Amino acid sequence: MYKILAKKGLVPQIHLFRVAAPAVAKKARAGQFVVVRIDQKGERIPLTIADWDEKEGTVTIVFMEVGATTARLARLGAGDSIADFVGPLGLPTEIEKFGTVVCVAGGVGAAPVAPIARELKKAGNRVITILGARSRELLFWEDVLKSASDKMIVTTDDGSYGRKGVVTEPLKELLAGGEKVDRVIAIGPVVMMKFCALTTLPFKVKTMVSLNPIMVDGTGMCGCCRVAVGGETKFACVDGPDFDGHQVDWDLMAARQRIYLGEEKCAYEEWRKSHPA
Amino acid sequence: MAKLNLNRVEMPRQAPKERAKNFNEVALGYSLEQAVEEANRCIQCPKRNCVEGCPVGVDIPDFIKAIREGDMPEAVRVLKSKNALPGICGRVCPQESQCESTCTLAKKEAPIAIGRLERFVADWERTTAGAAKKPKLPKPTGKRVAVVGSGPAGLTAAADLAKLGHGVTIFEALHVAGGVLMYGIPEFRLPKAIVQNEVDYVASLGVKIELDSVVGKLATIDELLSNGFDAVFLGTGAGLPMFLGYPSENLNGIYSANEFLTRVNLMKAYLFPNYDTPVKVGKQVAVIGGGNVAMDSARCALRLGADKVYIVYRRSEVELPARREEVENAMEEGIDFRFLTNPKKFLGNEQNWVTGMECYQMELGEPDESGRRRPVVKEGSEFVIDVDEVIVALGTSPNPLIASTTPGLDTTRHGTVVANEETGKTVKDKVWAGGDIVTGAATVISAMGAGKVASADIDRFLKG
Repeated sequence: MYKILAKKGLVPQIHLFRVAAPAVAKKARAGQFVVVRIDQKGERIPLTIADWDEKEGTVTIVFMEVGATTARLARLGAGDSIADFVGPLGLPTEIEKFGTVVCVAGGVGAAPVAPIARELKKAGNRVITILGARSRELLFWEDVLKSASDKMIVTTDDGSYGRKGVVTEPLKELLAGGEKVDRVIAIGPVVMMKFCALTTLPFKVKTMVSLNPIMVDGTGMCGCCRVAVGGETKFACVDGPDFDGHQVDWDLMAARQRIYLGEEKCAYEEWRKSHPA
Repeated sequence: MAKLNLNRVEMPRQAPKERAKNFNEVALGYSLEQAVEEANRCIQCPKRNCVEGCPVGVDIPDFIKAIREGDMPEAVRVLKSKNALPGICGRVCPQESQCESTCTLAKKEAPIAIGRLERFVADWERTTAGAAKKPKLPKPTGKRVAVVGSGPAGLTAAADLAKLGHGVTIFEALHVAGGVLMYGIPEFRLPKAIVQNEVDYVASLGVKIELDSVVGKLATIDELLSNGFDAVFLGTGAGLPMFLGYPSENLNGIYSANEFLTRVNLMKAYLFPNYDTPVKVGKQVAVIGGGNVAMDSARCALRLGADKVYIVYRRSEVELPARREEVENAMEEGIDFRFLTNPKKFLGNEQNWVTGMECYQMELGEPDESGRRRPVVKEGSEFVIDVDEVIVALGTSPNPLIASTTPGLDTTRHGTVVANEETGKTVKDKVWAGGDIVTGAATVISAMGAGKVASADIDRFLKG
């Protein structure tokens, strides 16, 4: 069992847990993920590591309520325990001195981007972060990202905070405006990552995305998380989760995320019936 | 000498129609009377060929003699002195090609049903004798062994090493111990409570089991060795599923057998939504492959409510690598076998869901390196099978995680780890390996045999 030491609601539907997992904390690196199973009847879901503290023996995860499992997870609090917390899984994000790196974080993607931006800065890069959300009340970790960035741009779809619009607009301006960008890292919803990759393609700037397909074991055993990258089938859990966004078959990625839509809906509705908001 | 009795006592099974709709165990096991009757057929021949046929060397005639004499505790003792997992082996060992094939009565086509008797003894202990008695353990040697993986190889190595007085810790990546016994083999063939019972027995010998521990991602092998372990046994199996490699293979509704079976067995998707993990159940399901895993997948799909389940196999019935018993079970339950059939590509709709499988008709040509006749495509024979789910059961290879994080191991081009067959020793200092990680996908009992061989050599090394 893995104890939740602290819980914080970041914005509506998005929660932060600091979990006691010393062995994972010792090995965690930016870009890796954990597989979480709440209890004996739970499913295994992958969640990207948002932070870790080796000394304290803790790993921080940030997740959004999107279905029955994450809703169930969100009802746990400090002092409660999670049955399984496996990791660190996947390959760490490639961190080296690239020069100037633009980190694009969309929605809950702010959490996994934070340690990556921090490590990139530590490695001597100039880090420009674009943080986007639908509206002001869904925006979080602006401060965390700011402290890891040389420059920060915030967008909201509805214009309630920062610049009105989506993240690809400032991204395009940066690239077109003559800023020499050596790498882009985009993490967020599939459609956002896809359009970031499409935006950077004409500028030929390598763009890494972090894919989060459905997984079961998370160790390369089942192939549920297969994605096509450059025409080749890859397992996101062991070959990724980071891939070259210009090579990803986004339509396949989106289609495979919908495999259990019906079951997910049914489970969530069942859960909502027994747990009215 | 008494007249030979050539009437093998049949083991009761659930009727095909009934069992095709539930996940309860198909085989029901002998009653005491049936077990004694079958045991009485054993002629206790002095040659004891059956023992030679057992990869872990169980003293088969001795435990059969004990059953005959009604001394069940003695039968348990004899069996478990060589085999820590008798309830599992009695169910899933291919006895027909091992101990039963070397039985003297096999010449008369009526070998003693050793597997059924083994199962009976294990079940007797579990249900009648209460908690398994643990053997007296020797004084601790103070040596520590890390066992990576808790499948049949790892559990056997761990049990043997613990019985020799060594301190053993098993590291298991999943949330339960048992490896393929838990995630791969279905409940109706190997109930999970029985696996858990035998895992608990191994733990009762003092073996520590660390779940959720992915060696290579947490500690590496070298880190284990420099952090207090005197030896390491690698029993991580062959967990990487093989696909056909067709671009159309990523359509929704196409599963690896590993994924399908893991969802069903390990995550209990057959109990969704009471359990959280879902699994898709097609109306028309095609399983590609002819091994035990293909049979298991097909029979699971049937039990989950598929209208039609095909086994698509590129050779003919006689070449099926699955156990005969499982093929017969599958046929009785109504699985539709399409022999000499091989997929060419998968067809899908605009939502990326699989809708069909274009296949070639095959014919058998000259024997290949495996000695079996090579299947050859009949040109122009393409035809389409309508399916809405496909399960690819073409085998597995070892997960590269251990090899890629362990410098100094020797691996083959198939990804298996090279180890000495007689000792299980790898070319890396203090590291042994056995089971599917060395052989590629094989049987539970051969993995157990490899665990046994390696633990004996590790013991020699630790005491040397």
